[in-house]
Amino acid sequence: MHKNEFTQLYFMKKHILDLVVTQNDRLHDNYVLIKMTHSDKLPDMLPGQFAEIRVDNSTTTFLRRPISINYVDIEANEVWFLVQVIGDGTRMMSTLKKGDVVNVVLPLGNGFNYEDEIAEPLLVGGGVGTAPMLMLGAELNKRGIRPTFLLGARSSKDLLQLDLFRELGDLYVTTEDGTMGEKGYVTQHSILNDKIFDKIFCCGPKPMMVAVAKYAKSKEISCEVSLENMMACGVGACLCCVENTKEGHLCVCTEGPVFNIDRLLWQI
Amino acid sequence: MADLRTDICGLHMCNPVMTASGTFGYGTEFQDFVDLEEIGGIIVKGTTLAHREGNPYPRMAETPMGMLNAVGLQNKGVHYFVDHIYPTIKDINTNMIVNVSGSAVEDYVETAAIINDLDKIPAIELNISCPNVKKGGMSFGVNPRATDEVVSAVRNVYKKTLIVKLSPNVTDITEIAKAAEGAGADSVSLINTLLGMAIDAEKMRPILSTVTGGMSGAAVKPIALRMVWQVSKAVNIPVIGLGGIMNWKDAVEFILAGASAIQIGTANFIDPAITVKVAQGINDYLERHSISSVKDLVGRLEV
Repeated sequence: MHKNEFTQLYFMKKHILDLVVTQNDRLHDNYVLIKMTHSDKLPDMLPGQFAEIRVDNSTTTFLRRPISINYVDIEANEVWFLVQVIGDGTRMMSTLKKGDVVNVVLPLGNGFNYEDEIAEPLLVGGGVGTAPMLMLGAELNKRGIRPTFLLGARSSKDLLQLDLFRELGDLYVTTEDGTMGEKGYVTQHSILNDKIFDKIFCCGPKPMMVAVAKYAKSKEISCEVSLENMMACGVGACLCCVENTKEGHLCVCTEGPVFNIDRLLWQI
Repeated sequence: MADLRTDICGLHMCNPVMTASGTFGYGTEFQDFVDLEEIGGIIVKGTTLAHREGNPYPRMAETPMGMLNAVGLQNKGVHYFVDHIYPTIKDINTNMIVNVSGSAVEDYVETAAIINDLDKIPAIELNISCPNVKKGGMSFGVNPRATDEVVSAVRNVYKKTLIVKLSPNVTDITEIAKAAEGAGADSVSLINTLLGMAIDAEKMRPILSTVTGGMSGAAVKPIALRMVWQVSKAVNIPVIGLGGIMNWKDAVEFILAGASAIQIGTANFIDPAITVKVAQGINDYLERHSISSVKDLVGRLEV
C-alpha cells in the first residue's frame, strides 16, 4: 500500500482515550483553547497530526470532530486544542468545563516533515489554521531553529496565542481590516520580499493555502499544506475525506492531512 | 459465558458481530483499537473488477443522527486486491469476507470467480444495489428478475458462502430477498444505505458532489429493523441484519427480529472499538436472560 514520504508516522499507535479537561478558556467570541490531560502519560504526538473528538449530548452532532493538535505540554501531560466555534459540535466543545471527560482518538494522520535540512522555515497560518503552527514552531525550536511565523486573520481579535508565537520565533501578521500588522493577505506581506526561506509550512483556509502554494512554487521553495476536507472516520476506512492528487483520490486523514504541494492537483 | 458461535451456511463465526463493507477498511485500519480475531467476520471494502476512482469530493454530509455518503466504490480493483491486499490480511484469524460490486453481470461473475480461488476468503457479499449502466441506470437490487439473473450467474462460479446484500430503496424488499434465495444465495444481508440528499441553504447547492447519496447511521435503524423482520419471515435462509446499529442493544433487537448475525457500519466511525463491545454486550444480555446460545435468540420476538 502507498506510504507517505514521512513513513515512520504510519506506525504510531492510535489510541482511544478518555481525557479530562483541565482548562477551557474563551480566547475571544469564536475561539476556545481546551487543555486536556490523562491519568497515564499521553501518547507521542507530532505537529500537524490531529485528534477525532467525540461530542456527547448533541442530537445534531453524530460524527466525531477532527481537531488539529495545537500543542503538547509534556511536563503538564496536557494536549491543547484550539477550537473555532462554527456549528453545534464545536459549540458543545466550547461549553466543556474543568473535570469533564472527553473521548478522543489520537494521534491521527501524518504531520509536517521537518526532518529535512531546514535553515529558514516560514510557518504560515490563517485563522484557526494557526493552531498546528504553535507545536511545529516548538519542535523546530528544539532542533535549534528559530522559525518565522506569518499569521493572517480578518481582524486583530482573530489572531490568537501571539505571545507564545513570539517566544518561539519572529512573528509577522496581516489583518484584512488593518487592525494589526500589515493590511491585506499573508501573501502580500513585505517579509516575503525581505527574507529568503527554504521551506514553507502552511495551514489555513484553502484560498490562502493556494495563494501561499503559488508563491512557494514561483520561488521554488518546498511547501507543505495541511488540508481539512470533511471527514468521518479519521482512520482511512470511509474514504469520505479524499483529495484528488497526482496519485488519484487519497484520504486526507491517513495520507495527510499534510501534503507537499507537489503531490496535489491545485492550479498553482 | 454464553455461546456466541454463529453459522451462516458454512461460514463459522466466533460471534454474530460482523463489520459492514466500506466502514472498516480491510480491518487493519482498526487493529490499534480492537483484536480483529474477536470479530465474527470482517467484510472488506467493496471490490470491483476494474479500478474505480470513486466520486469527486465532497462525498459526505452529516445529518441528524446519521450521515450521507457518496464514495462511489473507490477501490483498486480485484487484481490489485489479490496481489497486494490479500497477502496482508489472509492470516488474520477471522472470517475475511469480500464485498463484490459491479455494473454488469459479467463483471460480478469474473470478480467472484477470482475471489473463489482465494483460500482464506470463506465468503463473498454481493452488493446488488449499484447502478447498472447496461440496464439504463436501474440497479440489479431493485428488480427481482435482475436480482435472479446476477445471483444465478455468480452462484454458478462461486462455490463458498454467498451472501447477497439488499437495497432498501424498493417497494417490497421481500420480493428481492426471495429472488436472491431462489437464485441460490446462502444468506441475505440488509439494509444497504437509503437514498437521501442534503442541501446547503446558504450556498443554494447540494452538499454532495453527486447530489444524492446513501444514508446510514442511527437514524435509519427503525427502517432497517422493520425490513429485517419482514425478510426473515419471507425467506428460509439466514438473514444478516444491519442499519444503524450503534450498541449491543440495537444488535439484540435485530437478532430478535430474525437476524442470525449483524453488521456494524457507521458506528465504527464514532467508536472504533464498538465491534468487540457489542459482542460483549450480547453475551451479557444472554447471560442475564439465561439463554445459553445466541442461536436461541434469533427470531425470538414475541408479537
